[in-house]
Formats: sequence, structure tokens, C-alpha cells
Amino acid sequence: MRRLDLAETPLREVNAALQVPVSGETSWEIVNPRGAHALAVGLDAPIDVGIRGSAGYYCAGMNKQATVHVHGSVGPGVAENMMSGTVIVEGDASQYAGATGHGGLLAIKGNASSRCGVSMKGIDIVVHGDIGHSSAFMAQTGNLVVLGDAGDALGDSIYEARLFVRGSVRSLGADCVQKEMRPEHLELLARLLDRAGADARPEEFKRYGSARRLYNFDVDNATSY
Amino acid sequence: MAEDTKNQPPRTPPIQSATFTNAVNAEIRRAAATGIYDIRGGGAKRAVPHFDDLLFLGASISRYPLEGYRERCGTDVVLGGRFAKKPVKLDIPVTIAGMSFGALSGPAKEALGRGASAVGTSTTTGDGGMTEEERGHSKTLVYQYLPSRYGMNPDDLRRADAIEVVVGQGAKPGGGGMLLGQKISDRVAEMRDLPQGVDQRSACRHPDWTGPDDLEIKILELREITGWEKPIYVKVGGARPYYDTALAAKAGADVVVLDGMQGGTAATQDVFIEHVGLPTLACIRPAVDALQDMRLHRKVQLVVSGGIRNGADVAKALALGADAVSIGTAALIALGDNDPRWEEEYRKLGTTAGAYDDWHEGRDPAGITTQDPELAARFDPELGGRRLANYLRVLTLEAQTIARACGKSHVRNLEPEDLCALTVEAAAMARVPLAGTSWVPGQTML
Ligand SMILES: Cc1cc2nc3c(=O)[nH]c(=O)nc-3n(C[C@H](O)[C@H](O)[C@H](O)COP(=O)(O)O)c2cc1C
Repeated sequence: MRRLDLAETPLREVNAALQVPVSGETSWEIVNPRGAHALAVGLDAPIDVGIRGSAGYYCAGMNKQATVHVHGSVGPGVAENMMSGTVIVEGDASQYAGATGHGGLLAIKGNASSRCGVSMKGIDIVVHGDIGHSSAFMAQTGNLVVLGDAGDALGDSIYEARLFVRGSVRSLGADCVQKEMRPEHLELLARLLDRAGADARPEEFKRYGSARRLYNFDVDNATSY
Repeated sequence: MAEDTKNQPPRTPPIQSATFTNAVNAEIRRAAATGIYDIRGGGAKRAVPHFDDLLFLGASISRYPLEGYRERCGTDVVLGGRFAKKPVKLDIPVTIAGMSFGALSGPAKEALGRGASAVGTSTTTGDGGMTEEERGHSKTLVYQYLPSRYGMNPDDLRRADAIEVVVGQGAKPGGGGMLLGQKISDRVAEMRDLPQGVDQRSACRHPDWTGPDDLEIKILELREITGWEKPIYVKVGGARPYYDTALAAKAGADVVVLDGMQGGTAATQDVFIEHVGLPTLACIRPAVDALQDMRLHRKVQLVVSGGIRNGADVAKALALGADAVSIGTAALIALGDNDPRWEEEYRKLGTTAGAYDDWHEGRDPAGITTQDPELAARFDPELGGRRLANYLRVLTLEAQTIARACGKSHVRNLEPEDLCALTVEAAAMARVPLAGTSWVPGQTML
């Protein structure tokens, strides 16, 4: 394991070391992150990165392959546009967690704020706590699992992403409806919960998704757009 | 009969309303029949103050000109030297603007790359991501970072030569792509991770930042992902050009791209195109003011677009303080869009060459703004590329002709002092004197 200290090493050097890992080094620890923005972004190797503390905006942004484990909380846009790999946050996450993510797994052990999974494009997000309002806005594909409650306007203008919520949903956004939980969904959910280390039973969840009423313009739906 | 009319009093002839014109009434009827706004491509069609309202003074006794063809008049420009390790170096100050694959066919994107590369300039991706056609044929490719993030990925970020964070477009500052009733094709749906056959809906705000302070951190992230190599442009529509330029520069942009209301779009509500945003002419001076106030003029480059058609437009934009210009519509016309050779087919679509703007319907007879394989096959990307290269050469030669006539050894040395205006409006917007006077409205006393 190699340790990088952000109190001594500039962000650029830390990210450069992680982006082009010296041969053989697969395990990294970052200490004193002190809320640094854009930390561990653009990684593209099957390495493990532990962040000892809290990070700022866009932690692990555009991640590919790497496993980034934050032992603290994160600011807005954690794992934004993630392609693959795993990002685990022990604490809470601010707005836009997993925004536009294409793949990989984002597991948040605490709560996530508003717009969690906004425009998601294939990523799997599992939030152990609650999520804020306007989450999964325009969510395209992928899965969002919430063990706690969801705020207002969940899944507004959603496309084909699947939303699973165990707790209450304050309100559903335009074109988002509760859907039948079929065996394949229970199976999928069981796998996701397992991968995210979440202690919950799939049967406890409700599934939400697109009613597909806004996919094509209809003048009678004009007020919903 | 003759007897009858003689006895009748004269009647008022029918008078058409200047307010409720036939075109206005037709639009009211169309709206009443369909319940949906009109969507179209292109830019503002109505006349607004523009570069045509400016003239160059040329040289005579008080200024001397440079010899045409003999004396050098440089045209190169470097974009992005502020923070990027690898700035973009272009031979000419005319770039190809971002136009989405989806709006344009793959071969049309290829032709843009071929044409731009042949004359040493850049081309730009668009909403929908980067295609191989485009990357493969563009020596210098700018990769747009848009609110939709369709197709966005770190590999394409790294194989781009510059990154353009799109905040807005001149045709629709403040608008996204909520284009109800506009279906997308299957390849486009797949590239964008969307279900097939849905209407086009792209967000108008970025999903993970709002405001200039966030933008600064977003730019930091993009730089960290790409090792601080690539220039980062920020593109804004002409809305509040002083503040938008200042805030983009403050957020750390290397280049500000400023697009006026005449700027084309693939598809937007007509009401948006015609009624929101400032004319290009009105955008440039405030943007240059912002950069000068921050002591960043010529350090942060300003690229201006929206209605650039010829070398005079290029020269005028540069004279007002731009470092380069960008073209969309003109490039498409150079490729063969709206060409009268397809008139018969335009007629069948209920339109005529020059007016065809239903690009989003995908039935372009010229095979450029379409995803229909049969129509797209009509377009030859090699020939299109050659035509675009020719056109870009003409723009450059024309701008050089004017610059030499003004005694400038480089097009960038053109200045407002070389210009006068034909109308009071243009004089006020460009802050140059009304022709034959020393009056700059709003600046000097009559
Ligand atoms: C067919 C077409 C597609 C466009 N697509 C995009 C786009 O995806 N992203 C963007 O920022 N601007 C887009 N634009 C706007 C251009 O980048 C540019 O701002 C504009 O065309 C410049 O004005 P001009 O057309 O008068 O030259 C598009 C324009 C056209 C004509």
C-alpha cells in the first residue's frame, strides 16, 4: 500500500499518481483529504483507493475500474459520470451523487441529498439512508436503490431507469409511477443489495419507473411537460 | 354592366394588416390545429443589426495599406494558452462550431472534419457525443461537455484536443432540448442511452453544477481528468455578454465562445430562436470589455459565432476584439445544404431551397441533416470536405484582403478604429462612429 498525504502533496500529484499507477502498485491510501475537490478523478485501472476523511466536489468523478472507498463524507457530484468500478462512501453524500453515471456501483452508507442519480445512464446506486428531492430526474438507465425515504419529485421525467425504495416517497415526479415487483426485479435487487453490503430484504421495497406517457408528445399531456 | 359599376360608389380595396400578416395568421391556424409550438432548425430569420451595418474605412493618405499577395498578412491563432499545456494552434481564425451527430449524419460530420483539417482549423462535436467519423477525420477536435452528457466518457475527453463546456447557445440562451414531437433515430438513441423512438428532451442546466463557483470546480475536475493538457472553452449564448464572459473567465476558462441570436440550432422552438438573446453584433464589445477589465483580453481568447457568412464578417468580428470566429450554418451550406439543385424535392416537402429548416424531421434532400441511410448516401463526404475547405480558404483570403487594405500585417491587428457604421443602431452596438461623423451613440456627444 502506498500512502499519499494531501497536506503535503498537491492535488495534481496525487491524482497523477493514481491515474498512472506505478507498476504493481494496486493499493493506495490518501490521508488528509480535508474536503479537496476533484480528488481521485479520472482513474482507469483496477486499483483500490482508500480516502481517510471527507472529500469535496466530484470525488471519483468519471471513475473507470478503480474501487474508491471514502471513509468520510463527500460533496456534490460523487462518482459523477462513472463508467465502471466501485465507489463506497461511508458517510453522507451531497447533491448530484452518481449524476450521469454510465456504469459501476456507487454505494452510499449514509444519506444522499437532492438530485441523486440525475440523468443516470446505466450506473447502479445504492443509498443506505435517505435521498433528497428531484432524485433520478431524467434518469435514463441503471438502478437506484434507497433503503430509507425519498424526497419530492422522485423520478421526474424518468426514462428506463429502475428505482427501488424501501421507505416512503414524499412525491413522485411527472411520468414516474409505482410498478409491479416481478421475480426478476427481486433477483436484481437482491444482487444489488448484496454488492452494496446492505442489510435489507428485497421484498421490503417498492419499485418505481416510467409510465412512458411523456415519451412522445401528446397535446392532452401538455401541462405535464 | 359598365353602366352598373359606374353607379356604384368606389370601395376601399382589401388591406392586409401589418400586424396580422398572412404569415402570422397561418401560424395562428397551425397552432390552433396542432396544439404544439413550431420547431425548426437554423437561426433567427428576421433582420437584426448585423455586420452588414458596418464598413471598413480602408487606408489612403493617413494610413497606408499593405501590398496584396506580396506583403504578409498572418491568420494564425492560438487558443487556450492561459492554463492548458497543449493549446490549440490554428492556421486560420475560423473554426467549425459544435453540431450534434444526430442532427447531422455521420458522413456530414466526416466532411466537416476533412474540410477543417485541410485548412488547419478545428471542428467540434455536439450533443450526442463523439463519433469515429469525426475523430478520425479531424486533426483538431473540440469535445463538447453538455447538460445532457449524452455519450460523455473520459476516453473521449482524453482523445479530444480541447473541451468545450456548453452553457448555452445563441439560438436558445437558457434553453435545453425539450423538443416535444421530435423523435430520435435508433443509432442516436443507442449513443445517448435512450429508449428508441422517444422525443428529444435534453436538460437546459448541467446536472451537477449551477453557477460560476461550481463551474470553477467543474473546470478543475475536467483539467484533473485530462492532466491539464487540454484547453477548456466555455460556450455561452448572447444573453448578458459582459457578465457571462467575466464569470466564465473567472471560473478558469481558457477560451470563451460567444454565440449571438443569429446562431443556428439543430432544432428549437421558433419563438425562442426569434425572441430570446442578443444579436451577435451587440455581444462582442461587452465581452471584450469584460476581458479587458480583467486584464485577460488576448490571454483568454474570445471566439464569436452567429451569422458569420463571409470574410468581411470574420474581419469585422476580429476588429471588434474577437480572436476567432466559428461557423455552423455557413459550413452546412458549403457542404450543400439548401442547394437549389434539390428544389423539386424541397417543393414536395412544402418548402423551397434556402428556406428548408425542418432538419429535425430527418428528410433532408441534401442528405446532411438526416439519419436516413438512403438520403445520407446522397452526400459525398470527400467532395463535401473539399467544398468546405474551399469555402474556408475564401473566408480567409477575404479577411486578409480587408486587413491588408487597413494596413494590417495580421488579421488580429484589425481594430474598432478601422470601422464605421451605416446605422445609428449598429454604431451604438459596435461602438464605432456613424459613417461620415465622429458620433458614437452612447459614447460621444452629437
Ligand atoms: C445543425 C446544427 C446543430 C447544432 N448543434 C449544436 C450542439 O450540439 N451544441 C452546440 O453547442 N451548438 C450547436 N449548434 C450551434 C452551433 O454550434 C453554433 O453556435 C451556431 O451554428 C453558430 O451560428 P451560425 O450557424 O450562424 O454560424 C448547432 C447548430 C446547427 C446549425
